[in-house]
Amino acid sequence: MIRRVKQRYLALKVESAESFEEGDIRDAVWSAVIQLFGEYGASKAGLFLIEYDKQRKEAVLRCSHRALSMVHASVASVTKIKGKPAALHVLRVSGTLRALGKKRHVQCSE
Amino acid sequence: MTKFLDLHLCAPFRDFEKLKMMVTRSFELGYRSVGIPLPSNVELDEVERLRRVCSEAGLDFVSRVDLAPKNTRELLVSLRRLRRRFEVVSVLCTSKPIARQAAKDRRVDVLCFPVARPRNRFFDSAEAELASESSSSLEIDMTPLLSLEGFLRIRLISSLRREVAIAKSFRVPVVISSGTTNDSLLRSPHDYSALAVLFDMDSSLALSALSEVPFSIVERNRLKLSPDFVAPGLRVVRRRDP
Repeated sequence: MIRRVKQRYLALKVESAESFEEGDIRDAVWSAVIQLFGEYGASKAGLFLIEYDKQRKEAVLRCSHRALSMVHASVASVTKIKGKPAALHVLRVSGTLRALGKKRHVQCSE
Repeated sequence: MTKFLDLHLCAPFRDFEKLKMMVTRSFELGYRSVGIPLPSNVELDEVERLRRVCSEAGLDFVSRVDLAPKNTRELLVSLRRLRRRFEVVSVLCTSKPIARQAAKDRRVDVLCFPVARPRNRFFDSAEAELASESSSSLEIDMTPLLSLEGFLRIRLISSLRREVAIAKSFRVPVVISSGTTNDSLLRSPHDYSALAVLFDMDSSLALSALSEVPFSIVERNRLKLSPDFVAPGLRVVRRRDP
């Protein structure tokens, strides 16, 4: 029997003076994973950018739970997006999108 | 909740605005204490001003001096002169004799190795054995890991992996710190612990390298620098009124 692939959802904060599009964030994360872990590693990450809020500069990223440490390290290693200085900070990690939403809500109200 | 300490925040302490910005950013990222390297001839009022800026940002300030001696004699002279003035003393080991002397000297808290030249990273098993006996720690700055690219980064990760494995086998404490002069290269403790996976350091060990290990160094030295300290294991508890 094939086991269900568990996912992890990461809430990210984009820190930069510049404004970026959804595609720029996606490209930055993919390039970071490929740069650090190669194409083989990237193929196991199961990366998907679920949403990007341009106003709040926050994104939600999905990855395989087995590749969480790899994706977290890659996200932390981003220093440039589209050639401009930027940083990506992981705010929260959760097993479901709903829980991630709740955690982010709690964080915002704090 | 775990408290985190960035033992090597290279904030420009004379540029008040940038210093304030970096210290505030550190607090926002989850640090509760920062170690800022100071020049050896720093005035006491400048240290007090720094302490005030950090305390306004909600951080505990740790004074630190980074020694980069040219030879072992210069190292010993500097240690004799500066040990009682700073809470943390780190030594940049640029040659093997300096590395060995620093590792066996109990006055040295942290050993650093140059990033640019991997051949000058002298943290081998002999060095680790000496460091373990004198309770010195190995410091890993994370900024080069973010700023370097390509072959240089590959070489650095490979050196760090070897050094962490040696440190683990000889029980040498490892300290992870930012070592950054630029606030855009600052990362949260959890981001650093994720990056430590690159050199095979597991998450719990990496988090302790950002909290328990540096805090124990600072605590130990504050105790030694306090006027109540007499000798290891012996301190003044109460003084009789004259």
